[in-house]
Amino acid sequence: MTIDLKTASVKPLRRTFDHLAEKLGPDKNPTRYQEATWGLQPATNFHYRPTWDPTRELYDRERTAIVMDDFDDLVDPRQYYYGTWTIQRGKQQDSQEKNFDLVEKHGLLNGLDTNWKQRILALLIPLRHVAWGANTNNSFIAAYGYGAPVTSACTMHMMDHLGVAQYITRIGLLLGNNDPEILDIAKEAWMNEPQWQGLRELVELTMVTDDWCELFVVQNFLLDSYVHDLVFERFQAAAIEQGGVTILPMLTEFINEWRRESSRWVDAVLKRAAAESTENTAQLNVWIETWHPRVRDAMRPVAELAFPTQAARELAALGEAVSTRSAKLGLHGEAL
Amino acid sequence: MAKARKLGLKERYALLTRGLDWETTYQPMDKVFPYDTYEGIKIVDWDKWEDPFRLTMDAYWKYQSEKERKLYAILDAFQQNNGHLNISDARYMSAVKIWLQGITPLEYAAHRGFAHAGRSFRGAGARVACQMQSIDELRHAQTQLHAFSHYNKYFSGMHNFAHMRDRAWYLSIPKSFFEDAMSAGPFEFVTSISFAFEYVLTNLLFMPFVSGAAFNGDMATTTFGFSAQSDESRHMTLGLEVVKFMLEQHEDNVPIVQAWLDKWFWRGYRLLGLVGTMMDYMLPKKVMSWKEAWEMYWEENGIALFNDLARYGIRLPKHHEVATKEKGRLTHELWATLYQYGNALGLHTWVPEDEELDWFSEKYGEQFDTMYKPRLLYFRELEEKGERFYNNRLPMVCQVCQIPIFYTEPDDPQSQCVRIVESKDTKHHCCSDGCADIFNREPEKYVQALIPPQQVYRGEADGARDIFEYAKYLHLESGVDTGEYRNSPDHKNWQAWHAATPDNSDEAA
Repeated sequence: MTIDLKTASVKPLRRTFDHLAEKLGPDKNPTRYQEATWGLQPATNFHYRPTWDPTRELYDRERTAIVMDDFDDLVDPRQYYYGTWTIQRGKQQDSQEKNFDLVEKHGLLNGLDTNWKQRILALLIPLRHVAWGANTNNSFIAAYGYGAPVTSACTMHMMDHLGVAQYITRIGLLLGNNDPEILDIAKEAWMNEPQWQGLRELVELTMVTDDWCELFVVQNFLLDSYVHDLVFERFQAAAIEQGGVTILPMLTEFINEWRRESSRWVDAVLKRAAAESTENTAQLNVWIETWHPRVRDAMRPVAELAFPTQAARELAALGEAVSTRSAKLGLHGEAL
Repeated sequence: MAKARKLGLKERYALLTRGLDWETTYQPMDKVFPYDTYEGIKIVDWDKWEDPFRLTMDAYWKYQSEKERKLYAILDAFQQNNGHLNISDARYMSAVKIWLQGITPLEYAAHRGFAHAGRSFRGAGARVACQMQSIDELRHAQTQLHAFSHYNKYFSGMHNFAHMRDRAWYLSIPKSFFEDAMSAGPFEFVTSISFAFEYVLTNLLFMPFVSGAAFNGDMATTTFGFSAQSDESRHMTLGLEVVKFMLEQHEDNVPIVQAWLDKWFWRGYRLLGLVGTMMDYMLPKKVMSWKEAWEMYWEENGIALFNDLARYGIRLPKHHEVATKEKGRLTHELWATLYQYGNALGLHTWVPEDEELDWFSEKYGEQFDTMYKPRLLYFRELEEKGERFYNNRLPMVCQVCQIPIFYTEPDDPQSQCVRIVESKDTKHHCCSDGCADIFNREPEKYVQALIPPQQVYRGEADGARDIFEYAKYLHLESGVDTGEYRNSPDHKNWQAWHAATPDNSDEAA
């Protein structure tokens, strides 16, 4: 069938949906991110109270102390909706897979210093449980948070953390000749060895924290920063420099790229929430003041594991990095 | 360094997820997972959970990104090429409108509900399965919005879907359905959505809509539909897995699960009345009748599935025989209702064309010819006299399913079926024994239901005093978004767009 179209006859009646036009103004076309995110969460007329929490509505602004005029303002600068997110992760996993293949094919781990290999295994593999905790915490925000921008991004972050837990496991298996015992040894350390107990206790405390914004601050800002900066940046740099483990960045490429990109999102959410009001800023500061020392203390033995002789210096650097980052977001956040 | 053993896929999955979770000791497990015991479901050993997906995240991203690239390439092409001009007829848009207004929000609700389940279960395998479904459902909500976005630029009734979703009386049917599931505990949630809805009834939802889209030239919907199909098959597997798991874990679970299956079969069936009506009436090119779909997907497949579950002590859901008795009338009764309340709907209604009436006669036989055809012809006669029939008061709706109380007695299709239930000296109305049973099992839940027609009477719809003010409250433009299809702006635009090929347009009555 051919149709002889006159251009005027297919002139659109409107640019977009009403709720987007209202937020964007009449002349702007929404991006696919905005179209797929804003206004997506129901806002009113909820039929039944949750039987699992009858004090709340199904979607309830009061599950956090943070107050926003419009929670749809907590947007993701990466503009991730499912499609862009999964395509990006698809590319990254492809590249990571090629790295793993190369390492295996050419035996690039042969000749790795045994001492360094042990150090990497001891530090890295228990982190799969930390990533699992991060998965759990982001699923909490995805479930009980308010507004599609932050909850959908946390859903992606939840799956990302599961992916990270699996990549850490892959690295461990590569280093350990696919011997599953290394996973059991690491879990035993996570459960019982003194160096890990402070961190495990902290992670378990986050799992019973019920203000989702507070959890966002602790998990996605503080804990992720400390763990990542310590292990995947500072320790990795030392392993390359001192141990000649130049192969390590190939194994952690996915994790490092994801981390750079997702911290941009975490910062944007906090910055926007703080900018909303002095009350929000004060509340975020209280959370940072409360949790930053806890995170630092919990990470001290892990820092000692990574840097037996200069843990204090490393820990101070991690704290400083967090403080600098907080300051940029309009928060003070010193490590008290 | 010795060469490492090569791992098989299944083994790799087992290793990558091995022991990720742990039994907490600094916090009690019951505090970390406060919601997975109060429903009374007893789980003896979470390790018996067989992950139905066995997808590691890298594999998930690989498959999903390939699908997504193709999907968006087609959506882009569809938009650039004025794909909306290729649908069979603009009446078809009513199907898309009801999907966007009523079903896309359910995809979002499923996303959030599975996030809740994905946080609630203390078993790691079950949590991951729910999380994966959570993000898949987000995908479905978003791809549907992207597919429908183009139609919104050219047709009425879609521009205000987010506003209507939370307010419109007829959209309370899907909204209350899913909020009922989400406000239940995590085990009931997965039973209701993964099993009753996705596994037992999804074919009745997905098949007519996606096939209907394909039959009617809707490339956007067809594409996301086919793309979602592999997700759906994963979700169905989860549904069956979760029910078998509960039944196998403890015999005390059997009566609880049975009660949920009774409830969610009926609630799902009532919701699907809207879908059946869409497939019978809103598709200008028909795929199959509701009656045929019911026979194939319930009477054959559904019943066989329940027979398989008999070994666990599960019987067929209560009132399934009523649903079967209603198969010849359900969609005709509902369409007549939508037709008359057209001034408060964000979609168009109409009397079907003669050849469609013939199709109904063929599919529904004597019952249609004697009971429903005369009413449609009477509507047509009124319309031809310039007196198109509208009922300009909102109907009384069922306290449970929120469908107007207009269905008929199971054994007498000429008598209205009403059931009155009571809780704390207040009477409530239900549309059927199925809904009355659901009410009576949890009256404290269903008395909370927000009933939109009652909200109007309480002045809670911006003080709307009549149906036109109510339409305004829904941000519907009367006569543009609402009412009769014939001579509506949608109809006129469609004719103008196809003026070059008049035989392709729908002749105005």
